[in-house]
Amino acid sequence: MGKIAAVTGNEAVANALRQANPDVCSLYPITPQTDIVQRFASYVSNGQVDTELINAESEHSSMSAAIGASAAGGRVVTATSSQGLALMWEMLHIASATNLPIIMPLVNRALSAPLNIHGDHSDGMGARDTGWIQLWSENAQEAYDNTVQAFRIGEHKDLRLPVMVCMDGFIISHSIERIEYLEDKQVKDFIGEFVNVNPLLDLEHPKSYGPLILTDLYMEFKRLQHEIMGRVKKVVLDVAEDFYKLSGRRYGLFESYRLEDAEIGMVVMNSAAGTSKDVVDAFRDKGIKAGLLKPRLFRPFPYTEIADALKHLKAVCVMDRADSYGGYGPMFMEISSALYQVTGNGSGVAKPKLINKIYGLGGRDYMPEQAEQVFTELDAIAKGAPVKLVKDYIGVRE
Amino acid sequence: MKKWKELVPGAVVLEAGSSEKFKTGSWRSFRPRWIEENCIQCLFCWLYCPDMAVKVVEGKMTGFDYDFCKGCGVCARECPGKKGQKAIVMEPEGK
Amino acid sequence: MATELKLKELSKKPDIFCHGHRMCSGCGAPTVVKMVLLATEYPVVISNATGCLEVSSCIQDLTAWKTPWIHSAFENAAATIAGVETMYKSLLKRGKMPENVKFIAFGGDGGTYDIGFQSLSGAMERWHDMLYICYDNGAYMNTGIQRSSATPLGADTTTSPAGSAIPGKLQPRKDLTKIMAAHGIPYAAQASPSHWMDLMKKVRKAHEIKGPKFMNIIAPCNRGWRSQTDDSILLSRLAVETCYWPLYEVEDGKLKITSKPKEKKPVAEFMKPQGRFKHLFAPGNEALLERVQQEIDKNWERLLKEDAAE
Repeated sequence: MGKIAAVTGNEAVANALRQANPDVCSLYPITPQTDIVQRFASYVSNGQVDTELINAESEHSSMSAAIGASAAGGRVVTATSSQGLALMWEMLHIASATNLPIIMPLVNRALSAPLNIHGDHSDGMGARDTGWIQLWSENAQEAYDNTVQAFRIGEHKDLRLPVMVCMDGFIISHSIERIEYLEDKQVKDFIGEFVNVNPLLDLEHPKSYGPLILTDLYMEFKRLQHEIMGRVKKVVLDVAEDFYKLSGRRYGLFESYRLEDAEIGMVVMNSAAGTSKDVVDAFRDKGIKAGLLKPRLFRPFPYTEIADALKHLKAVCVMDRADSYGGYGPMFMEISSALYQVTGNGSGVAKPKLINKIYGLGGRDYMPEQAEQVFTELDAIAKGAPVKLVKDYIGVRE
Repeated sequence: MKKWKELVPGAVVLEAGSSEKFKTGSWRSFRPRWIEENCIQCLFCWLYCPDMAVKVVEGKMTGFDYDFCKGCGVCARECPGKKGQKAIVMEPEGK
Repeated sequence: MATELKLKELSKKPDIFCHGHRMCSGCGAPTVVKMVLLATEYPVVISNATGCLEVSSCIQDLTAWKTPWIHSAFENAAATIAGVETMYKSLLKRGKMPENVKFIAFGGDGGTYDIGFQSLSGAMERWHDMLYICYDNGAYMNTGIQRSSATPLGADTTTSPAGSAIPGKLQPRKDLTKIMAAHGIPYAAQASPSHWMDLMKKVRKAHEIKGPKFMNIIAPCNRGWRSQTDDSILLSRLAVETCYWPLYEVEDGKLKITSKPKEKKPVAEFMKPQGRFKHLFAPGNEALLERVQQEIDKNWERLLKEDAAE
């Protein structure tokens, strides 16, 4: 067992980056992520890592430099939040389509306007289609564990994909929690040496990165990209199995909480899942069969596995800490898509009834009362009450 | 054309200088002609050719690579020639 | 032993940028690239901003580059090569790379003066060991001749068209070479393919200096300049002789004019063969043409003073 510490989510993630000892780290400060890169900079200044630092003049350049460094051939990390991720958006697609396994903690924060520095998932959800693997984390421990695993996943020879490790801004990034660290050597051995694939710096075999490809071949490359993403689930599970052997902590594509015999369920990601689990317990105590599903791997999205885990429920509420104005929440769209493919669940109900709640935008507190309200509504729907409004907001002043 | 399963992930081009397979000579509507007796071997044609289409062997101009020459005429324009006589002249293709 | 800067000797070097590229017939940019690489005596890794050079030199699996080359986007050739150079540094200190690998970024004026300006400025300030080369053709040529901040005063472009109310671009060019020198970098220079020896000496000098270097090289575009396919070298020579494009370098803050025209020609001689300035020679636009000459004179006088002060 590793060292037990009381640290913030940011410190835990920074420590995971230190243990990975990347060759290059490009950075640009942004709240609430800044703490990660300034900690990392101090590791560099104090000789605790071999890393070369690039203090970029913007997130766009930070990601561009990460792309250059990764293509050059070596382990590369960076980190960002919110507007920073938005500014990187163009380059995110280039990193993934060029198969560059850059590891990037994303400390989730609301997007402007209005300007807001607090936690919600608008940034990460906006990067849904960028071709990055996304791992989401409930707490500091998960953020740390996911960061360690991200190197193994992204750098896997079958993938070579960039990975975003998401955790909630302030709620997790700045709260002190008990965390169990792995030893440096354990992490080093677990991640292994970085293995190059087509490094640009192989001077003997000059390569060209970033060709122009038009109508006649572009679509084939996009098809290939989808294929590679299709391999991610297996790698995530294999790495999770190895990580379990090392740490005793189990990870999957998602977490099921009291879901097996549940009749009503909530799908909720990141820190709000913790609060919600308490409420699940309270409802169970009242004799109501409540359960919860917390996605971990959001991209690629494990549609069939999640559908299998939810299909027996009578009613499900999908919680979105991000909005699509004029549309359903992004998580709701995925869950709906997953469940639409279900052809029957054996209990006589074709599919669970689905509702969508938008919550916690811009760091708005998510309280147990809100989860209670949701489960109460689900309970009524399960007992035959009609769905009044598919998408609604909770925790907002009407 | 390649199928998606045959592609290099990341669209990395592994063969350096592979553009040599793409002949740009067909773009040409004017053709440079070398008049050896007027050539002073200054190599400006080689230096200024944007298409690396002037053949130089052992430091001497030996002619044009018509597979790649696009017929821009920079070589002829810059050619100092001998006693006012150009060593490169441009002529319409297909003449 | 470095190859002598004699064409006979240089012609024996293998092409690093080779034929089969699809730049327009008579384009000035490939010649600039060729000269830069002929002058380079070290292994070199190149990044390229999106633009004419990039889209024409690496298409599908056909690349004109025989040295490591990377393009990622338009505004970030400097940041991208900065990343490559940093990885090199990281590997070098652990003995995984040989010494003396050089890093060059190529960008057009749009990708350098405008959209890539921040990325370039940042990379220079961070002191990456790299040479940034702008091939300046004075407009967004790849998208079809749109005005950039490098477009000369009075030029007709598709987004600063010479019309009945507005006679082309109303603003002088941004003086990027001076701006880059003002970064306090060890070397900034302006060059022209017409003066190949001067260009190659500057590249050689740049490679021998550790840290960030910037070169601005004029690269005529016959499509955008509305000129002939055979006059790219001629026009770049006239650009120098009219002092539209003075050849100078700023080394450790000291400015030196590297080639002074024997006789400064009127800028009209540079402009006349170019269709983009045609309207300036029509009746009614005499004042603007005069202003173009005044801007050139003002800049040249200032440069002479700076040169003399050193």
